[in-house]
Amino acid sequence: MREERFSIETTIANILIIILISTGVIFSAVTALGLVRLPDVYTRTHAASKSSTLGVMCILGGTFIHFWLIEDHFNSQLIIAIIFLFITSPVAGHLIGRASYISGIKLAEETVRDDMKEAVAKKKRQQ
Amino acid sequence: MALQILLNFFLAGVWMFMTNSFSPTGFAIGFLVGLLLVILMRRFFSHRLYLLRIWAVISLFFLFLKELLMSSISVFRLVIRPRMNIRPAIFELETELKEDWEVTLLSALITLTPGTLVVGISDDQKKLYIHAIDFEDIDDAVSSIKNTFERAIMEVSRP
Repeated sequence: MREERFSIETTIANILIIILISTGVIFSAVTALGLVRLPDVYTRTHAASKSSTLGVMCILGGTFIHFWLIEDHFNSQLIIAIIFLFITSPVAGHLIGRASYISGIKLAEETVRDDMKEAVAKKKRQQ
Repeated sequence: MALQILLNFFLAGVWMFMTNSFSPTGFAIGFLVGLLLVILMRRFFSHRLYLLRIWAVISLFFLFLKELLMSSISVFRLVIRPRMNIRPAIFELETELKEDWEVTLLSALITLTPGTLVVGISDDQKKLYIHAIDFEDIDDAVSSIKNTFERAIMEVSRP
């Protein structure tokens, strides 16, 4: 079926796949750039835990659509992977931020405001 | 909500027994008929119709996708800017949400939205400490979170 390869549906599917995967790659690249350029642990956690989640999710979504619409193979494990990433990555980001704050890692010099300092100090006095 | 869904499934089962059609099609027709009955009997349930809550969940999901995309783009612009003059900050957000899963969901949504990261939750679960990557105005940040995510979660959890 040579002709079917160039039908309008395939073109639309290909456009969608290309958009999704390039978005994912761009966001992953931005994550890497952010890891290098940002000043402290917290801001780096921002880049690492979120833009990369969106990037990987976009890549997985593009892969899923490719195998579903072009190769005609419905792979449900990719959907599960997207959902698991969605659930676990914010928890990882939160735990890295929290652990580094409680173990006393300094914030960057640019930081303008810190509401949590008093709360943690109060909690430490109580113990 | 769970009771209504269970009732709807039960009505679909009854429909399959009544019409002697044990197939996915029979189940789907029975489910639709049962849904009609549940809608007609909605005044007898103590909670609102479960379709409304499912709709709230779907709209929360799309709100979240929109926010994720918008703020990913803003972080993108922040990172590729030649001179990086960001102003990070940790600010405090008082939340009105009560249940554990609501606070968990709120902090997961805040964390997944680039630009904000939850670094701590107070012991009584009333205050979230949020690290913002580029901080302009506390009232602005708080009200934007309150108006989008917290309101959408409350819409889901409303009985």
